[in-house]
Amino acid sequence: MARVTDAPKVVTANRLQDGAVVWLTAAGDWSIRVADAQVQTDASSAEAALGIARASAARQEVVEPYAVDVVVEATGPRPLKTREWIRAAGPSIDAIPTAA
Amino acid sequence: MSPTAAARQIDPPANGLSSHAGIYHYDQVDRDFLKERVEQFRRQVARRLAGELTEDEFKPLRLMNGLYLQLHAYMLRIAVPYGILTSRQVRQFGRIARQYDKGFGHFTTRQNLQFNWIKLVDVPAILDLLAEVDMHAIQTSGNCIRNVTSDQFAGVASDEVVDPRHYAEVLRQWSTLHPEFSFLPRKFKIAITGSSADRAAICIHDVGLIAKRGADGTVGFEVYVGGGLGRTPFIAKKLRDFLPEDELIAYLEAVLRVYNAYGRRDNIYKARIKILVHELGIDAFRDEVEAEFARMPVAQYRLEPAILDGIRTRFASQPYEALEPISGILARARLEDQAFNRWVRTNVAVHRQPGYAIATITLKPAGGIPGDVSADQMDVIADLADRYSFGEIRVTHEQNLVLAHVRQDDLPALWKALADIGFGEANSGLITDIIACPGLDYCALANARSIPLAQRISERFADLDRQHDIGELKIKISGCINACGHHHVGHIGILGVDKKGVEAYQLTLGGSAAEAGAIGDILGPALSADETLDAIDAVVGVYLDQRQDGERFLDTLARIGHTPFKDKVYAAH
Repeated sequence: MARVTDAPKVVTANRLQDGAVVWLTAAGDWSIRVADAQVQTDASSAEAALGIARASAARQEVVEPYAVDVVVEATGPRPLKTREWIRAAGPSIDAIPTAA
Repeated sequence: MSPTAAARQIDPPANGLSSHAGIYHYDQVDRDFLKERVEQFRRQVARRLAGELTEDEFKPLRLMNGLYLQLHAYMLRIAVPYGILTSRQVRQFGRIARQYDKGFGHFTTRQNLQFNWIKLVDVPAILDLLAEVDMHAIQTSGNCIRNVTSDQFAGVASDEVVDPRHYAEVLRQWSTLHPEFSFLPRKFKIAITGSSADRAAICIHDVGLIAKRGADGTVGFEVYVGGGLGRTPFIAKKLRDFLPEDELIAYLEAVLRVYNAYGRRDNIYKARIKILVHELGIDAFRDEVEAEFARMPVAQYRLEPAILDGIRTRFASQPYEALEPISGILARARLEDQAFNRWVRTNVAVHRQPGYAIATITLKPAGGIPGDVSADQMDVIADLADRYSFGEIRVTHEQNLVLAHVRQDDLPALWKALADIGFGEANSGLITDIIACPGLDYCALANARSIPLAQRISERFADLDRQHDIGELKIKISGCINACGHHHVGHIGILGVDKKGVEAYQLTLGGSAAEAGAIGDILGPALSADETLDAIDAVVGVYLDQRQDGERFLDTLARIGHTPFKDKVYAAH
């Protein structure tokens, strides 16, 4: 069970078809850019956003939606936990082996 | 896929240039089965995409086909039976990597290959491509008997007593889709070797087998049980000193039945057989197994010589040339080129066939990602296997590859070709030959990143003079306590932990997965990544200062104990 915090939140999931990390937008659809995510600043709006996400999961669009703590910066929301910013930004390594 | 398959008509290998590769060659029955299985999963994927299956319904189906959902995408884990591949199969990996992944694949500690960027919609097409080359992803996940692993030098090692490949194949056929063992309390891993030196990490498997010969020359098995890593690590305990060859399957059935009956299903962390063996005690566990074994109609399970002979005939043999035991070309090249000489010292092993050698391709270039190979590199390695090793490539549990049948005369040319693709590093068994799990960069279970730390260690110790001076030193890194990076048995083990939301790393010293297996001891409190790099430097420094003539790192550690290392590492804290 994730710890409940007062931090602003965004809602994320993995897209069913390709497993891509997606973020719930203000329009109620999904974006692959965390910058497009709608930031929820209170518990009731976060719960409402999760409700939208769960309905999307029930339509088999995404898998296992959940809320993520973020800090809001000039460029948009940035997940606080390492796991989540890696999900947002991709692997922290050069994912293609060099040579050849 | 069953033992009776051995009696079927053997088709000519569908592997073209790889016809002499020492793999088990499928026949039409095997291929029809695989095709059927792909069609089955294709329909399951279609139903999932159409919304007819929920994730909860689909998840066990995809896992039984090796498909995980990780942080960024689906991950497909492909079974490489006991780590042996043909060049054609490796080229097919390259094709899949280009067409359906981001151009690379990742070899794992269970001798398998993972693709990290797979789309669910593409999986049936990928499975079609795998089936074209007699491959699949069945039982690379789930609570079943996983892909059987073995010694990467099987059949060619100079110290080998019994070739374990044929028995590994028996185990593969026995365990594939075994109805009684498809829903075990947890996953079940078997490793087998036939040599005195344990290159297959027998001691950390649910069941470890050492094939050997009795006083009368007959084959039997030393059976170990209850090894494993994870949050409760154990070194396996000896169950039988000499299990006769023909009782192999019956006895393993008895072991699995006892586990299936008594293994815990209420707590995932206590469900592995190691916990059962630990809680019962090895003697009581053995009594249970022997009682079950005594109740079984053993004759029905007898591993008949005819079945084994049938399997042996399905392994291609290599048409070795009659060569002088020592190559003049090799000797001259070693004298003329110190870099090559160094590579031979670390990466080349003695072959049982005169004039041949075993070459290890370490997938650990300075600053590289352990076990990662690009599609282009795969193609080159496949070509080199065709040219120099009868079209055969092997995967090691240390995330390296092996060309197992190289003429000594060809070693200089092979090394140059490997160096051209970045895999000519003379570091097998040295400090940069690191095992690392995918860690938090890919894995949904991880607490900390493994790969970037492995890269930084590799960069820091890149100087080959220094590496060779340090000698044998195995670093193993896991991004969480599940220990996929085998940190418990690293000479230096590194465990990634989450320390109040920050990645930190806990060091262990003195682990080993070799013959005298050992779980490492925790050195002290967890450190940051930067501190961990310095700590490894400090540990190496103490070793170099304190070692006596001929001592390896583990020898010095055993002699002087942990305290000098701990004092040095934590001096500044």
